[in-house]
Amino acid sequence: MTMNLTNKEPIVGYQRQDGRVGIRNVIVIAYLVECAHHVARRIANFFPEDPVHVIGFSGCYPNAYADKMMNALCTHPNVGAVLLVSLGCESFNRNRLLENIRSSGRPVHLVGIQERGGTANAMQEGKTFVSEALEHLKGTSRAVLPFEDLIVGVVSGGSDATSGLTANPAAGKAFDYIVEGGATAIFENTGEMIGLEDHMAARAVTEELGEQIKAAVHKAARYYSVMGHGSFAPGNAEGGLTTLEEKSMGAYCKSGSAPIVGLIKPADRTGRKGLYLMDIVPDGEPRFGFPNPNDIAEMNELIASGAHCILFTTGRGSVAGSAISPVIKICANPETYQRMRGDMDINAGKILYDQATIEEVGKEIVQKIILTAQGQPTCSEALGHQEFSLSYKSFEPIGPACLPSV
Amino acid sequence: MKIHPNDNVLVVKREIAEGEIIQINGESVRFGKKIGLGHKIAEIPISKGERVIKFGIPIGSATTDILPGDHVHLHNLQSDYIPTYTHDNEFNK
Repeated sequence: MTMNLTNKEPIVGYQRQDGRVGIRNVIVIAYLVECAHHVARRIANFFPEDPVHVIGFSGCYPNAYADKMMNALCTHPNVGAVLLVSLGCESFNRNRLLENIRSSGRPVHLVGIQERGGTANAMQEGKTFVSEALEHLKGTSRAVLPFEDLIVGVVSGGSDATSGLTANPAAGKAFDYIVEGGATAIFENTGEMIGLEDHMAARAVTEELGEQIKAAVHKAARYYSVMGHGSFAPGNAEGGLTTLEEKSMGAYCKSGSAPIVGLIKPADRTGRKGLYLMDIVPDGEPRFGFPNPNDIAEMNELIASGAHCILFTTGRGSVAGSAISPVIKICANPETYQRMRGDMDINAGKILYDQATIEEVGKEIVQKIILTAQGQPTCSEALGHQEFSLSYKSFEPIGPACLPSV
Repeated sequence: MKIHPNDNVLVVKREIAEGEIIQINGESVRFGKKIGLGHKIAEIPISKGERVIKFGIPIGSATTDILPGDHVHLHNLQSDYIPTYTHDNEFNK
């Protein structure tokens, strides 16, 4: 079954100088070390009704991954202007970040707390910049975002046994429609695909890419074994899931059935349109702890790779949103939906009651993506959710086999 | 509901009450405890050490003999890859 995506109202977004088009026009306030977090938050608090989102990196030691993430996020198509908040003595390469944002054509300003003489002065200066940037953004050029240029990511969080029966297969169906429509979709969490690597490799467009996918899953299995346990939270078990393999199979169906055209790492840009797998597990010896300590970090990595919006499937009931890109919450469990409906955009649990098919919910999700891209706020956006999480990781760059040109 | 024809477990689509009697393949099974939505029950006998099959793939191995209608969960099923962490694990005591 295919989905007719033509004859729809166009998506009118925000034109950026690099040619990309955003679906939001957000001002990012980025702290460059935890010591500057409070000042960044207080500046944002002056603008409770405006799209002013706080992101940042808490570490004072330098990290190439965090640097790449911050540069990618601050130049994301949904971002219109950036305020950098620096303490002054941290190791983050603030000058390069400032220069990259400036050369992307966005209004940007750096506030150094030490240079400005402390908290109060830094807050005042930041507030002035954000006020001016909000005025400036009213004049951002609008442009049509063709459906084929959309990038959608998917994560799951707070999974239970219904996730693999309703929300995840429906998200997978939505991914099939997105790829059929010529757009780009990214799924992730190789740690939740342990045991499924052969099946996934068979979906790769080239044999070499298949080998890379297998290697990525084997790396994940080893990494999680060293960490002591897998990607499995106690709530998963209360919801009826018993083992990681079981959770894996339920999670994997989020990817749908399209061929896999590439394997990327966090903050890598996608190339040709189609379905991508993101390898989120660090390379080399396990060093900084769990690959992604929470669901938020996973979303932020997909956003750094250009995702305009995120599908988030949940059974137990996550309420998380994200900074920068809207999050569409797909609730797998009909009982959870009744209890937490204010947080849920899509009720996939009705599939269990035979009130809708997986295909129908898949189409409902695609329609919701289009409405969201046209500017309609999702539940988590309307509730003010702007979660952000970024911690230390280390990656080797991807090789040519990961992005085949065929 | 049975997800895949090769499965040896069923998934509960609505909560089963304590004492409820349900037909599984023509046999009446009385449930001694409540079974929550999404949890698994055995459709056929599964011997200790045998693979538990859901979605058509093994999701772990039985750690005890399991009878039709038995709740299949942490007490009788373990991962073949990585141990499962719960709030009752030794780690939390």
